Amino acid sequence: MDNLYRDFILEHYREPHNKGVLDPHDLHFADSNPTCGDELSMTLQLDADGSHVADVAFDGRGCAISQASASILTDELRGMTLDELRAIDPGEVLGNLGVPIGPARLKCALLSWKVLQGAVRGDRTAWPEEAEALG
Amino acid sequence: MALRHADPTSPPRALDGAALRADFPVFERPTRSGKRLAFLDSAASSLKPRSVIEAIGDTYGHHYANVHRGIYELSEDATHRYEGARRKVARFIGAGSWREVVFVRNATEAINLVAFSWGRANLGPGDVLLSTEMEHHANLVPWQQLAAETGATLEFVAITDDGRLDLDDLRARLARGPKLLAVAHVSNALGTINPVAEITRLAHEAGALVALDAAQSVPHLPVDVRALGVDFLALSGHKMLGPSGIGALWARRELLDAMPPFLTGGSMISRVTLEATEWNETPWKFEAGTPAIAEAVGLGAAIDYLEALGMDAVRAHERELFVEAWAALAGIPGLRRLGPDDPDQHGGVISFVLDGVHPHDVATVFDAEGVAVRAGHHCAQPLMIRYDLPATTRASFYVYNDREDVERLVAAVHATRRLFHPA
Repeated sequence: MDNLYRDFILEHYREPHNKGVLDPHDLHFADSNPTCGDELSMTLQLDADGSHVADVAFDGRGCAISQASASILTDELRGMTLDELRAIDPGEVLGNLGVPIGPARLKCALLSWKVLQGAVRGDRTAWPEEAEALG
Repeated sequence: MALRHADPTSPPRALDGAALRADFPVFERPTRSGKRLAFLDSAASSLKPRSVIEAIGDTYGHHYANVHRGIYELSEDATHRYEGARRKVARFIGAGSWREVVFVRNATEAINLVAFSWGRANLGPGDVLLSTEMEHHANLVPWQQLAAETGATLEFVAITDDGRLDLDDLRARLARGPKLLAVAHVSNALGTINPVAEITRLAHEAGALVALDAAQSVPHLPVDVRALGVDFLALSGHKMLGPSGIGALWARRELLDAMPPFLTGGSMISRVTLEATEWNETPWKFEAGTPAIAEAVGLGAAIDYLEALGMDAVRAHERELFVEAWAALAGIPGLRRLGPDDPDQHGGVISFVLDGVHPHDVATVFDAEGVAVRAGHHCAQPLMIRYDLPATTRASFYVYNDREDVERLVAAVHATRRLFHPA
């Protein structure tokens, strides 16, 4: 337990990075976790030639795992290309949390990844298969 | 069985939850916390006593064949047991006749059956359907669909800030002449016990039928359909110590007789030609295909178990646990309890939110303490919107719980607060 809610996670939950809405923005998407109804949105600004992420923010309310995951993920995105965003592996998102995520909480941990993929693709993205089993 | 309620005329005997746990094999299973399982999620689905598990195995092992078909001993035996379970359900809910009990998969299917069969035959454009803001999606979505397909309008009775139906709003909406009121007996998300007999009297005076979602009441308190006066009642076996995959719709005989079938196919017919079909009699007209035979027998065994305890005793037991937990949680800073204060209006379900901690996180910390609770919207998203909450944590009691479980619940709340709000 103390494993899952390590200080690192709780710090991101209490004081999330990149929280809010960018206005104007080039990309925007919102999606929800059907298990709890939590909604998360993301806005991204691209650089002048539209190839790299200039800035990113997320908004919404949720559990410590989903909020920390969004905070940690958005920290990584500035300077990345759209292709690089598309290529982000959900396993990597879990790995960056640095705590073991049980099957019942996979959707909490991967909601930010799902919203990011939705923003880049302009359409709702399916959950990774491993998150579907117990969602 | 640890306790029997021998004389139905004597006051209910107190249940000993700890002793009853010996009847439930799942408590032999170690938890990852290393602590005894404190199971506080019976409102989602109850645990199963050995007698129910054995009844299912015994049916498949020694009494199984298809029902209503075979002209041989084994099929007669299976049919006898299946129909015997129907009689147990009828008696348990005070039905006038076993013919008024239709086996379905669960309360959800029972409500869908009414919406499809009664609803499509009786509703049209301009008609009004009435439900409430506290319903489970199972008693909401089928009526939404029915309204969309028939052109009827669906209205909702408002609820008060403490989670009770607003009876003035109910009266005002009944004045618009709805054809049906669909309402829960006990709210799965709040624990509110609705005054069904009074509501039904008002509805009938206004000419509306009443469909009661009794999924959360039949397992936990004495329910008598004739005393309540309702017209339809839906229940799920899995919430009342029985297996999943079996539930029942009860309705007054004349309503069932007049209703067209829901699913069609084998077993629900009396005569079929290539051109036309005559329906079987009530209730088999509504039971197309091979039913859940062993599950029905298992539900019968669950009813035997509950009747031996006595439903008055079950209700008194849960009321006691509710009073104790409600008071203990009241003193915790940042904890907000939902639903009525009055234990006569509140079943063994406590929904709460803890400041600054999401219910999913609460449930995960609880799990580490060996305390199983539900976190989420409880399939009642409109209710969450009403209270502007994303979700709640819900603890619910049943016969195998006791004061120690209340203590475990309170200790788990404190553990959660220590983790998220370190001093």
